[in-house]
Formats: sequence, structure tokens, C-alpha cells
Amino acid sequence: MRRTVRLLAVVACALFAFVFLGAEKAKKPAAPKGEPIKAKIGVISILTGQGAAYGEAITNGIKLARDEVNAKGEVLIDLSVEDSSGKQEQALAAAQKLINSEKVVAIIGPTLSNEMFAAGPEADASGVPIMGTSTTAKGIPQIGKFVFRNSMPESQAIPASVGQAVKKYNIRKVALLYGNDDAFTKSGFDTMKEVAEKLKLTIVTIQEFQKGQADYKAQLTKIASLAPDAVLCSALYNEGGVILAQARKMGLKVPFVGGNGFNSPKVIEIAKEAAEGLIVATPWFGEKNDPKVKAFSAKYEKAYGKKPDQFAAQAYDAFYIMTNALKAAGTADRTKLRDALAATKNFQGVVGNFSFDAERDVVMTPSVLIVKGGKFAIFN
Amino acid sequence: MFLEQLINGVTLGSIYAIVALGYTLVFGVLDIINMAHGEIFMFGAFAGMILMSKTGVPLPVAFLGAIVLTAAMGLLMERLALRPLRGRPGASHLASLISTIGVSILLENVAHKLFGAGNHLFETPFAEIRFTVGPVTVYLVQVVILVISLLLMAGLALWLSRTRAGKALRAAAENPETAGLLGVDTNRMITATVVIASAMGGVAGVLVGMAFNYINNQIGLSMGLKGLAIIIFGGMGSIYGAMAGGLILGLSETFVVAYGSSGYRDAIAFVAIIVILLIRPQGLFGQAPAEARR
Repeated sequence: MRRTVRLLAVVACALFAFVFLGAEKAKKPAAPKGEPIKAKIGVISILTGQGAAYGEAITNGIKLARDEVNAKGEVLIDLSVEDSSGKQEQALAAAQKLINSEKVVAIIGPTLSNEMFAAGPEADASGVPIMGTSTTAKGIPQIGKFVFRNSMPESQAIPASVGQAVKKYNIRKVALLYGNDDAFTKSGFDTMKEVAEKLKLTIVTIQEFQKGQADYKAQLTKIASLAPDAVLCSALYNEGGVILAQARKMGLKVPFVGGNGFNSPKVIEIAKEAAEGLIVATPWFGEKNDPKVKAFSAKYEKAYGKKPDQFAAQAYDAFYIMTNALKAAGTADRTKLRDALAATKNFQGVVGNFSFDAERDVVMTPSVLIVKGGKFAIFN
Repeated sequence: MFLEQLINGVTLGSIYAIVALGYTLVFGVLDIINMAHGEIFMFGAFAGMILMSKTGVPLPVAFLGAIVLTAAMGLLMERLALRPLRGRPGASHLASLISTIGVSILLENVAHKLFGAGNHLFETPFAEIRFTVGPVTVYLVQVVILVISLLLMAGLALWLSRTRAGKALRAAAENPETAGLLGVDTNRMITATVVIASAMGGVAGVLVGMAFNYINNQIGLSMGLKGLAIIIFGGMGSIYGAMAGGLILGLSETFVVAYGSSGYRDAIAFVAIIVILLIRPQGLFGQAPAEARR
């Protein structure tokens, strides 16, 4: 019964849309053909509390893409943004709300891998496609066949950066430093350790820190006393920038090799000249000589007054991947959208050429960058 | 390495101590745990940062600006969040605790709106002054932090025990009604206490900015929790306890990292606190068992 009512409503809406479109057509004969696919997409992001800086970039990127896509008129997306505060239980509650009361066709987010491990299974069980734009820990798409991500996992980025740095600087002894209270930085650390062992590097010490810590001097003093050739550091940029600044200030001058989370102009903004020599591998390079990247950077900077970082860029691409799939599916249906998403191949986004592999994980080539003269440049 | 870590630990401990002094002062007089103290401290740090990096005023002016702002915030908080609850029939003893939690959440989010969520560089030429003693490099800021924390501790102790105002304060703490009958303006004393404690938070904020070079809108929370642990550990309302507790926590955290495992930094520090509390439930410098307090 309810189903027929809803069907009737949809038909009524469609008819209504036709009437309006007809009116439009009467005025402008060159209007785009057909009616737009209307859909509601949910966003789960960190808007308050620790980690809100990442959520801010992500929602900014999504909103910018939404405005562009809606202006084109082929699809009309209504965004429903929920705050997860960086907490697993809140991310889960947000997912439930989006799925059951907001009836979204798909979800973009949540921000942290931790949160995805809570929200992902729920979306998968309800048959709602969910795509993380910043969730890079191991095992995210393996949650279920409705779970996607478009953020390059650390396991692809880190071997590239560590490998090139080891070759260039002839590194033998490394110290490892990582945030032990976050799935993202922990998974980056696991990869670093694996890579270091594979390259037969001596690990002189492994140091840990926690998100939002202000003082890293104790860990850095210990690292400095063991005189490694390089520090492999798995941190998000907010902590990473401070770590670099404090390390350089206390005289630890060896190269730092960071994970994906280090890749943000904010690192340079936070650490200033202390960021010099930081090496990262990343799919996103804002200075890339690519008209698409340049246009995106300019638009983003104009809208929000700052340069886009990787989080904004990946979120921006995610929205396009999602709406392209929606166009391919031809209708706002959760299962059809999932199948269209999974078929995404060679999408040309601002972070580069993107495809999903058979496991809905990322296929991309990272570029290795070094901070030089106050900005990221290609490392070689 | 030992000496460097010792300096790291003493610096961290002194900062904890200054934060804890603010807590302990308010607790000693009002029997209120001021959960918003950490956030007021954070605003002090931002005031100092903005004054110095945006307007380029010298350091003492930045300190003064931070003190004025945080003192004003303390005054407002006392008027709006504490006084309306005080002495009201039926108001729970915990009502003020909850209202200060409310103030802390409000302030954290106001800071988020005003300053954004990321880390802000706290740049001052003063923070770069350093000298070498034997094999170790000491930053002047580290010395200043230790000296200021000791001065604040001594000043507070003297003020409370030797001056008329201090006596009035202690009388008000002992028994507000009797103190009132004896001519002490208890409301004024309480306001003064909250304002002074908040101003000390402001000083601590600027010092933290100089010591760590970075501040964000979350530092109030982490520092606040540490401060809270320290006053329980040092003995509720005890000034020397706050100082000793701060130093012990700072040193133990640093040495756990230096000679143990950095992942257990907080765990070991807090286990140590629990052990000491099991042996001395009233805290290191606690005066009397908790039941006998009032």
C-alpha cells in the first residue's frame, strides 16, 4: 500500500517536473534534454571536535562538486550532511539516520577508517553504497560489496616514498614514529614497518604518540639520541606539522618520510621552514600541470579562501565518481548505483586517473613529493 | 639524553602545575571543579598568539592581554554560570559542575568558529632564545616556565596565608555563612577567586604556546583533564600538592617515553597516580579525609 502511494508520488513529481521542464523548453529551445535524475546523497564527516579540520576540507570539496554538478542539470543532488565528531558510535548513528530516515541513495564518508569500520557494515547490510574519501586503512572495501573508497591506501603510497628516499639518501637506520590511537596512522605504520623490513633497514626505535598531543619532545629526544638516517613518520598533518617543527627545533635534521596524511599544504603552513625535506607519496599534487587540477584549485581557493588539500580533492572526486555512476545507472536506485560504481574505470579526476579494482579498492599511481622552497615538488 | 629528558619533563610538569593551580584555587574555595578552566586557558593561549603574531606587540603586553581576557571570562562565567546556582535551595552540589561543563563545551566550539580546527603556529622571537650548558641546549622559555610556576605557587601560598584578602578567602572557604556574618563579602571573594584562577589559566596558555610552538582549540581539553588528575593526586585544594603533582606527572610521562614505551605514556602516568591514591587517598598533600571537609 505504502509502496503504491510512494510510486504515485514519484509519478506525480515526474509529471510535475515535465510540466516545468516544458515551460523551460518553451522559453529556451536549447535546454538540456530529458529530466534530471534527482537523488539525495548523505555525507558523514567530522564537523566538530578533534579532526574537524579534515571534515571541513572534505565537506568543502563535496559542496564545490555538488554546485558544479547541479549547475549542469543532468543530475540534481540534495546533500544531507551529518556530523560524526570523529567517533565510531556517532558515525554509526549518522549512517542509520541517513539510511532509514533520510532515505539517501548513497553515502559519502565517514572521515576516519575507524568510523568506516562502524558505519560500513551497517550501510552494507542495508544495501546502501558507501564510499570513504579519506579512509586508507587496510580492509575497508573488504567490509562488504557496498563499501567503496577512492582514497589511495597507505599500502600503495608508502612503499613508493620510502623506496625512493632510501635509494636517494642511502638510508640504513630508521626510527619509526606514529599515532597509535587511530586506524589510519596505525595502518600506515604497519606498512612502513613492513617496507623497512623488506628493504633490510635497521629499525632503531619505534615511538608512539596520541592524537592532539602538544608535546613530542620526549619521543623526539629519544629518537635524536639514537641517530637514525631517517624518520618514518605516520601522522596526520595536524600532528605531523608540529612534530616536524619540534624535531627541527631540537636539532633532529634527518629526512622525514611521511604517509598520506602528511600530504597537505597545511603541513608547510604549520611547520614553515621546518617542513623542508619532508617526503611523501600521494595521489594528489596541487601544483600538477593539469588544467583540471588548476581549475579545481582556483575555484576552491576562491570559494573557501585556502588551497585545497588531498582531503578536499579526494572528496571532490568522490562526488563526481558517485554522480557519474548515478548517470550510468540512470535512476536513483541503491543497487543499480552500486553496480555502476563498481564498474567505474579510468575516471579522470583531479587526483588523477582512477579505477576500482575487483575488490572496490583503488587503482592509481602515486607521485612522490618533497617539500622544497616552501612547497611540494616532484622528488627525484 | 637524561638531562634533556629531565628538562623536557620539568617544563611539561611546570605547565601542568600552573593549570592545576587554577583548578585547586577554585576547588579550595568554592568546592567546585571548574571544568571550563582548560578552555579559558586555551583562550588565553589564543589571545597571546593573536596579539603577538598579528599585532606584533612585545611579550609582556601579550601576557597582559591574555590575563585581561581570561580574567574577564572568569568574571562572566562566575556571574552567569556559577552565581545563579549558588545557595539556591534544592540546587544539587553537582549543578555547578554541570554548568561549568556546559561553559567548556560552549567555549571550545566558539574557539572552533573563531580560529578554525587546525594547529596555529605560536611564533615569538623570545621562544628562540637558547643557551648551551655542557652538552644540553636549554631554551630560555623552559627556564621562564619553571620560574613562573614557582612564583605563582609561592605567591598564592603567601597571599592565602599572610594577607587579609587571603584570610577572608579562607574564611569564606571554611564557612561562607559565618564569614558573611563576620563582615566578609563572600560573593566578592568568590568572584575574585574565579577571576584570579582564570587569569592564571591565561598565563599558562601563553606559556604553553611558547613551549610547544603550537596551539589549537583542543588543548584545553587535554590539559584540563591532566590538571584535574593532578589536583586529585596532589590533594584537593592544596597549592603545594598541585605543584608537586604537576611535576611528578610531567616527569613520569617524559621518562616513560624515554626509558619505557611511548604508547603507555598516559597509562603508566595514571597508574602511578592510582597507586599513590590507594596508599594516600587524600592525595599527596591532602589535609583531611574527604568526609571531614565540611
